[in-house]
Amino acid sequence: MQALYAQLLVGLINGSFYALLSLGLAVIFGMLNIINFAHGALYMMGAFCAYFLLNLLNIGYWPALILAPIIVGIFGMILERTMLQWLSGLDHLYGLLLTFGMALIIQGIFQNYFGSSGLPYAIPDELKGGMNLGFMFLPIYRGWVVVFSLIVCLATWYLIERTRLGANLRAATENPTLVRAFGINVPRMITLTYGLGVGLAALAGVLSAPINQVRPLMGADLIIVVFAVVVIGGMGSIMGSIITGFALGVIEGLTKYFYPEASNTVVFVLMVLVLLVKPTGLTGRAN
Amino acid sequence: MTAMTDDTLPVTPRAMRDEMILFVVMAAVLSVVPWTGIYPFFVMQALCFALLACAFNLLIGYGGLLSFGHAMFLGTAGYVSAHALKVWGLTPELGIVAGIAAAAGLAVITGLVAIRRQGIYFAMITLALSQLLYFIYLQTPFTHGEDGIQGIPQGYLFGVFNLANSTTLYYVIVVGFLAGFLLIYRTINSPFGEVLKSIRENEQRAISLGYKTDHYKLLAYILSGTLAGFAGSLKVFVAQNASLTDVHWSMSGEIVLMTLVGGLGTVFGPVVGAFVIIAMQQYLASFGQWVTVIQGVIFVVCVLTFRRGVIGEIAHYFRRSL
Repeated sequence: MQALYAQLLVGLINGSFYALLSLGLAVIFGMLNIINFAHGALYMMGAFCAYFLLNLLNIGYWPALILAPIIVGIFGMILERTMLQWLSGLDHLYGLLLTFGMALIIQGIFQNYFGSSGLPYAIPDELKGGMNLGFMFLPIYRGWVVVFSLIVCLATWYLIERTRLGANLRAATENPTLVRAFGINVPRMITLTYGLGVGLAALAGVLSAPINQVRPLMGADLIIVVFAVVVIGGMGSIMGSIITGFALGVIEGLTKYFYPEASNTVVFVLMVLVLLVKPTGLTGRAN
Repeated sequence: MTAMTDDTLPVTPRAMRDEMILFVVMAAVLSVVPWTGIYPFFVMQALCFALLACAFNLLIGYGGLLSFGHAMFLGTAGYVSAHALKVWGLTPELGIVAGIAAAAGLAVITGLVAIRRQGIYFAMITLALSQLLYFIYLQTPFTHGEDGIQGIPQGYLFGVFNLANSTTLYYVIVVGFLAGFLLIYRTINSPFGEVLKSIRENEQRAISLGYKTDHYKLLAYILSGTLAGFAGSLKVFVAQNASLTDVHWSMSGEIVLMTLVGGLGTVFGPVVGAFVIIAMQQYLASFGQWVTVIQGVIFVVCVLTFRRGVIGEIAHYFRRSL
């Protein structure tokens, strides 16, 4: 039973990353009509950013949790201003190709300087150690990742679904021209949205740095799984992305316990099943 | 589905004539390569990728469907052909047939799943499916995991042509490539191809005209996957191995890049693109990971400034369809 709970926890942690990343993808897709292939690379940059902050500037985990998403988010906004904005009005596919190219550049540069092996990033002192819950041993840092990700996801949901800013955002997704007519600066909103999505990815990167080590290709395979998560969940609803992300992480964890050979593939197999039963995804609307 | 088709030209006798002239020139150039001192291995490799890119282009350029998982056909056909030749001891022609059959079967299965979504979702689904296959090949014993299948015997094609002879092999590859190319060319200019283009331009209208668009898209997908498998089977004889790199997502990305550089939706673009990218990899091999960076830069530059690709720009300049 210990092993089962441990795998469930791993599943929840992976689920947190799936949720944070697919949430960002969904937000970006809503505003920019672009599937951000660079999302995995920006997640990796978040982890590296925390690593640099610690080793070059001696800035620890807690400030990095805020600083890294902001720095990488600004980097993302520069990408949006210099490149992505020129794609508006073109076929969606060009956005995918452009961001794929950006991912190759970013990952290639990091691979040149850091190879493919992992760099260590220590768990902050406050979160070291573990708790005995009676039925299992819970490493505190892992519990923290799950709880904190959940809070961030829910905060993002609140921001988009319940605030005035979010209402403007949703309106601009539906009809940008009309929203501009109301005097709202839609291009700036698009840039900020991209920054927000990228920031969420970078935050996931910082959270994962002490668990998965900091590697140039840490986001390359992850992003493909997240794509499958997005296909399963559909990009129609924010809450849908969050729930699907966590649920698939848990299912993956369970698979690791019951049938480890399939743990790499279970998300993709589920995607096939969902496509056969409900092609629009679990929360998606027909397009 | 508008941007890449803003200057589609109708198929006219003149366009057909231009394309046939270019085809003859291409075939002539390819047939004299062994006497020019150009390294034949390079040309053979490029031709396999050119056929692969042409097959991919059939789907994106004429059907408007971006597959980000075409490496799965390359890799599957490669593995099956390699296994058939080495373990079952089949003759080359049967090995090729086995590889093509495997790719076709895979295309039917994945096509039925992927065709259920359009546009951007289609790209994500094909990518996820190819990643699923990657993990399967990583774990099944017959692919030999990270090592791949190596030392594949080349044998005698039809019992006559010795494929271990590099000149013979070269001509076999050229003939295979030209046959595949002609089949794709014929498909594009057939009534089937015209319907496919109309679906790309406006699927709703095609449906309202009574076409079962899903059938057309699925057929195009199967044809494209099967031809990509043919390229994968041919490649086995050139490289004499079949490995995981052929199924990896980065390979799918390279296929997209070749077609983009040459020109999406042009007849000759993918061939030019394949030669450009393979040549670049050869000359920059010593730069290690910088090749990846350069590929990324080419992607970005192409999408931002050069969406028609090499052949597309030339065709646009001369107001011709190439």
